[in-house]
Amino acid sequence: MTEKQHITIKGVKEGLVFLLDDKCEFSQLLDELHYKLDTSHQQLLTGPLVHVHVKLGQRQASEEQKEQIVNTIRKRGNLLVQSVEAEPAVGEAAAKDELKMLTGIIRSGQTIEHTGHLLLMGDLNPGGTLLCTGDIYVLGSLRGMAHAGIGGRTDVIIAASQLKPTQLRIADVISRPPDEWITGDTLMEFAFLQDGQMKIDKLSGLFRIRRDPIVFKGV
Amino acid sequence: MGEAIVVTSGKGGVGKTTTSANLGTALALHGKKVCMVDTDIGLRNLDVVMGLENRIIYDLIDVAEGRCRLNQALVKDKRFDELYMLPAAQTKDKHDVSPEQVRDMVLELKKDYDFVIIDCPAGIEQGFRNAVAGADRAIVVTTPENAAVRDADRIIGLLEQSHIPALLVINRIRQSMVKSGEMLDIDEICQVLAIDLLGIVPDDEKVIKAANSGEPTVMDPSSRAAIAYRNIARRILGDKVPLMQLDDKAGMLQRFRKFLGIG
Repeated sequence: MTEKQHITIKGVKEGLVFLLDDKCEFSQLLDELHYKLDTSHQQLLTGPLVHVHVKLGQRQASEEQKEQIVNTIRKRGNLLVQSVEAEPAVGEAAAKDELKMLTGIIRSGQTIEHTGHLLLMGDLNPGGTLLCTGDIYVLGSLRGMAHAGIGGRTDVIIAASQLKPTQLRIADVISRPPDEWITGDTLMEFAFLQDGQMKIDKLSGLFRIRRDPIVFKGV
Repeated sequence: MGEAIVVTSGKGGVGKTTTSANLGTALALHGKKVCMVDTDIGLRNLDVVMGLENRIIYDLIDVAEGRCRLNQALVKDKRFDELYMLPAAQTKDKHDVSPEQVRDMVLELKKDYDFVIIDCPAGIEQGFRNAVAGADRAIVVTTPENAAVRDADRIIGLLEQSHIPALLVINRIRQSMVKSGEMLDIDEICQVLAIDLLGIVPDDEKVIKAANSGEPTVMDPSSRAAIAYRNIARRILGDKVPLMQLDDKAGMLQRFRKFLGIG
């Protein structure tokens, strides 16, 4: 093996950790695994029973591929595969900011939980719950309980065509309309946090707290 | 093959049993073969409202446990030849029968009857699951109160999960209170629940009187609630009947007063 090594074997307290490269071809990885197990690391891999943890890095391996890896390692009688894990992919981290569209009515007693931003095409009825790590947008009436930023994000908003909630929560801040705030008109409004307090504003005022660069064409 | 319709509401006391009794009777008035099933085991009421309490020999639990045949348990109505009722047991509770058993009974009844009207108990537990097990569609009864609408919403959610299409009946509307803004109005309720409206029933003292005398309200055409229930039955049969005008009745005198400028 003259080229770059794709497999690193580390000894830890629990046993051995196989760190597999996540960029190379899967077949290449498998070949190298065979090679290492059968020839180069003989002395290391014989002896008493050893627990093995396989770390795939960011590789999105299929169940079948995982199976292949496990079988290869298992050929050595003394190696016991405990886990095959992949790190959460970059794509998943990006999904946190992705907008999901959902059509339907969330009725009393129903709960929707979502990671990322959520656009609900329909109503959220009293007694219904909407939990979201990101923003919540409701194209319809928001009459139930909406909680944006359940992971603790404070820069998120809750917007609705008609904002008449039983309760709103953003991160740890809980607000109870109409005791705490009431606006005459409930159409096209959004809730946001400012200095740790929940505020309500017309949707047209959203550009004041977050503004996307818009490139205007023409004159 | 007939159709099984479950009458449900979630909240108690909104008029499920009254609606079941009147709808069943109204359909029988149209010459349909109807069987009403009371699934409120332990708290049976339908027989009382129909005035058939003293004719009960066997009940739903007896059928479920094989002590009698389904036909033996059916009680024939005293007014109509083609109106029957399967009474609930009063001594057992809702866990003594399973949804599968109720579904089998309803399926069997559907073979012989045009309509099987299932009266559902309040709540969302076993009793509810029993009642909806054999239903083809549902009538959700609510009253213009927030609590009743909330519970109706919950029930509609559960019915949607069971893929049972639901229609709405708003019961006990007091037009004077709606007008003064003390009671939810029909549009508001329909907006929240977002299902089709089957009918509206005005609050009418005659309903209470009728229930106590064991004579369904629909039999008395002078009652406004009776007309409302007849309309609902006609809509179920496929007729297009416009919604009842609620404030017509107090009309004449008030209109006259208004005309004179003192109303």
